[in-house]
Amino acid sequence: MAYADDCDAPVTLKVLVAGGFGAGKTTFVGAVSEIEPLSTEELLSDLGSGADPLHGVEAKTTTTVALDFGRITLDDRHVLYLFGTPGQHRFWFLWEELCAGALGAVVIADTRRLADCFPAVDFFERRGIGFIVAVNEFDGCHRYTPDEVRDAVGLGPQVPVVRCDARLTSSGTVTLAALVRHLLCLSSTSTSSSMESGEA
Amino acid sequence: MRPYTASGGRTRPGVALDLLSRMTATGVRPRVPLGAEHTLALRLCAGAAALTVAELAGQLRLPATVVKVLLSDLMEYGAVMAQAPRFPGGGSFAADDQSLLLAVLDGLRRRL
Ligand SMILES: Nc1nc2c(ncn2[C@@H]2O[C@H](COP(=O)(O)OP(=O)(O)O)[C@@H](O)[C@H]2O)c(=O)[nH]1
Ligand SMILES: [Mg+2]
Repeated sequence: MAYADDCDAPVTLKVLVAGGFGAGKTTFVGAVSEIEPLSTEELLSDLGSGADPLHGVEAKTTTTVALDFGRITLDDRHVLYLFGTPGQHRFWFLWEELCAGALGAVVIADTRRLADCFPAVDFFERRGIGFIVAVNEFDGCHRYTPDEVRDAVGLGPQVPVVRCDARLTSSGTVTLAALVRHLLCLSSTSTSSSMESGEA
Repeated sequence: MRPYTASGGRTRPGVALDLLSRMTATGVRPRVPLGAEHTLALRLCAGAAALTVAELAGQLRLPATVVKVLLSDLMEYGAVMAQAPRFPGGGSFAADDQSLLLAVLDGLRRRL
């Protein structure tokens, strides 16, 4: 079987973009991606992991979940891949696969429906995956301060909350940079607990 | 077309492929006649260097699960090969790789 196993291959960098329906995940991934925004689907079998989806496909309810996919070539050694998918509990099994090897996550929050981002926040907190919350402010909405959002979502003081316009490449890129800075903070506090970083 | 038709009803690939496995055509012509979706998948693999499974699925407009089956068939025919993703830290959370994160940050800043 043809498998290439090249140890010199560039590392695979993966960032997850989570949030409720309509929060702006597809828009965000499309805006920062260098390729045409691609959407693919995963088939979900209601029976979960133990079931063999081969049998009784017609009879069983099979749902699909959209998966946004984007790519950013940072330099000749580093390509960042983005996956966006809804953060509902019933999609967790998909998130499990996506989380493997992920650098971190951006949780997009729509202030009109803040509660929709709770499941994603819970998920990343429980798994110890570094994440930031990006508040996607839709036109004509009440503006919340990052601290108001932090309180409402119940985030710890260390989790950055940033503002973002998911439609803008620059805003999305700044958001990703904020995530990476946060991951750097996390890694420096875990390697040397004395190091303090005020940057968020 | 029902998505399963492309893969002959199968949703489980013969080989494990990640959404970020990178696929390359080997140039070997399969000995068996290929169906339309297999042919299209092979053509996409041949047309670009190392496309990821996720990207192929997006271009084929088929569920990733189905595309993994198509690609694993093509691997068995020797027509494509897969390069598994190499996640930092060997698969688990890897934010402790500071120089890597700095390179990512630099790369992002250059785009601004
Ligand atoms: N005004 C405004 N509209 C947005 C913004 N982000 C997304 N939208 C719109 O909101 C809708 C839902 O966004 P979408 O990316 O599809 O959300 P998803 O369900 O999380 O993928 C779309 O019609 C977008 O055009 C934003 O920052 N400002
Ligand atoms: Mg969407």
